[in-house]
Amino acid sequence: MSSTADMPSATGAASTAAHHPLLAHHFDTLDQQRESSSLAMWVFLVTEIMFFGGLFLAYVVYRSMYPQVFRAGSHELDVLLGGANTAILICSSLTMALAVRGAQLGQRRSLTVFIVLTMLLGLAFLGIKAVEYAAKFQHGLVPGANFHFAGPDADHVQLFFSIYFAMTGLHATHMIIGIGIILWLLPACARGRYGPDYYHPIECFGLYWHFVDIVWIFLFPLLYLVGRH
Amino acid sequence: MNAVAVEAPASIDYINADYGVRSWLLTKDHKRIAVLYLASVTLFFALGGLFAVILRLELLTPRGDLMQSDFYNRMFTMHGVAMVFFFMIPGIPAVLGNFLVPLMIGAKDLAFPRLNLLSWYLYVAGGLFTLWAMIRGGVDTGWTFYTPYSSSYSNSHVILTGLGIFIAGFSSILTGLNFIVTIHRLRAPGMTWFRLPLFIWAHYATSLVMILGTPVVAVTILLVAAERAFGLGIFDPARGGDPVLFQHLFWFYSHPAVYIMVLPAMGVVSELISAFARKPVYGYKFVAFSSLAIAVLGFLVWGHHMFVSGQSAYASVIFSVLSMFVAVPSAVKVFNWTATLFRGSVSYDTPMLYALGFIGLFTIGGLTGVMLATLGIDLHVHDTYFVVAHFHYVMVGGTIMGYLGGLHYWWPKIAGSMYPKFWSRLAALIIFVGFNLTFFPQFILGYLGMPRRYHAYPEEFQVLHVLSTAGASILGIGYLIQVVYFTLTMRYGKRVGNNPWGAVGLEWQTTSPPPTYNFETTPVVDWDAYEYKEKEAAHV
Repeated sequence: MSSTADMPSATGAASTAAHHPLLAHHFDTLDQQRESSSLAMWVFLVTEIMFFGGLFLAYVVYRSMYPQVFRAGSHELDVLLGGANTAILICSSLTMALAVRGAQLGQRRSLTVFIVLTMLLGLAFLGIKAVEYAAKFQHGLVPGANFHFAGPDADHVQLFFSIYFAMTGLHATHMIIGIGIILWLLPACARGRYGPDYYHPIECFGLYWHFVDIVWIFLFPLLYLVGRH
Repeated sequence: MNAVAVEAPASIDYINADYGVRSWLLTKDHKRIAVLYLASVTLFFALGGLFAVILRLELLTPRGDLMQSDFYNRMFTMHGVAMVFFFMIPGIPAVLGNFLVPLMIGAKDLAFPRLNLLSWYLYVAGGLFTLWAMIRGGVDTGWTFYTPYSSSYSNSHVILTGLGIFIAGFSSILTGLNFIVTIHRLRAPGMTWFRLPLFIWAHYATSLVMILGTPVVAVTILLVAAERAFGLGIFDPARGGDPVLFQHLFWFYSHPAVYIMVLPAMGVVSELISAFARKPVYGYKFVAFSSLAIAVLGFLVWGHHMFVSGQSAYASVIFSVLSMFVAVPSAVKVFNWTATLFRGSVSYDTPMLYALGFIGLFTIGGLTGVMLATLGIDLHVHDTYFVVAHFHYVMVGGTIMGYLGGLHYWWPKIAGSMYPKFWSRLAALIIFVGFNLTFFPQFILGYLGMPRRYHAYPEEFQVLHVLSTAGASILGIGYLIQVVYFTLTMRYGKRVGNNPWGAVGLEWQTTSPPPTYNFETTPVVDWDAYEYKEKEAAHV
């Protein structure tokens, strides 16, 4: 990551303020602490990629086995609501990036406002998702004993919806966790705990939030648009 | 009491730094968390061992005298689940790795102490879920949870057990993440990558496997659970799902998981061989990179578990060849250890007995692995005791030998006291003999055609099964001796100095047991790993 990777803790101990209240005992400098958090977050996102990777693999396998089924299933999804959700998430990524900037500059107000906005956009996404799920329940498109699909290949369309619910469900779970983390960070944001020398919790959470957005950026075309061209 | 206190003015170490259950359960000290792990993995080892005893007792006779298939299925499944997910995967990394990674690189703790504690709680939570499933009647799918049996048909507690494994998986991910960041960011001044002990390289490679593989099995288990609970149909052939996809996803993790088990053991053996031959490890960089090579290649060979699954013959051939490649870095290690022994001044203390045992047994396990990677042989012995014997040679002969060797080597550092020499050597010998008597007959059994996972068998196999059960009893006695002397040592053990083996390595330079923050002052490293020639004079 940095050019001094060979001697991470060699220098700098003396140059920083004697002991920053937010510097954990086992780190020498705030830089070392921040770099460790950020490396950890990237490593964690790698595990997340592998986690969703299993589902993407299942998607690829079944779509190549049953392309026409995926097209039929995709037509049952509401592209308007899905598109709106895509726009909402992209906006939330912007507000998240602005929140990180607020933290880095020590602008407590801007940090608090933007992180709350991010959360509201996340809630809007989940609201729309709930509307979509409700419609699937009404139309009998939820896999299981009550599954009902009028067209051909009903069994295989059920497979498409299994994948749809597994992928969007896991994605929504990640959104809910993200909103939970915002609620947890919020008091400290409002108190002004984050500033130029201590902003990595916000930065790392931002990485997580962007990752969850990016997953959706892949899910939307794969699930909603695959049948429309 | 007073007299004792006066005799030995207690220095403050991580054990007596604080008292009470609370101070242990809420600790953020990596050494205390390692001790918590030691206690909990030992419990699961005992549990897994108990299931093994039941299996071996049933197999004494050709007929089902003690139980019928259904019960037997549950027993071997829970033996596998307890041993694989709750003993061998966390075993060396979470106990020895947790204790030693910061000490060996000259750090005060792991990068994320609270995360480390969380990972222990996740392990315990996962363990309790699984235990709860076992108490309610267990699970009968085999530790591999193959679909569609596990997703559509089994009437046992698949979801509960799966959840337990899922949760424990996150403990493993967090441990791996913690190690990677710690090794990157918290090395002491002067501790460059090529001065790291090979134990650290092995744990780095292990951590890579943990973070890349575990999430895949996590999502796979989740899909099986969702199929049972909510009626999703991803592995259901009736709806066009493909059960073989499950096998691909499962083995994508579970083959590399074998390297989560054996790579740390290899790291331990590198330390032991060097310390007890009084020589630097021959070809340090080769051994270091062979760990990474095993971690990488390990992800490309999962299909060798699926030669009879109906995957394409072309895929099978590729997987067969790639599997043989794994033998190359493994052989590099074995040859380099052997070369390290050459003209070393070798002493046969207890840890070294395990290290030598490891080399021999792992070689047999590894070479039979090459046999199994050969398509023709695998088709012949697939799902027989030959496979069972092969992976027990790698896992028990490899992982457990490494674990016990490491535990005996670092015990004076962990507990500050020494176990009895005679009894520990005797136990090592008994375990070696018992192990071979248990599992060598299984190679023959498998080659003759005894399939795995059956409680009844033709009478001509009985002699070999009786031998195997006799071996298991001897093995059990070896473990019991250990439990006794380790327990007694904690209370009555002879105190030993900071470096009873005269070994090099940062962990031996601090006091035994180490203080909470490991070192009085952060060490500055200006020497390579295993500088035995120069250092030795200082210890005499």
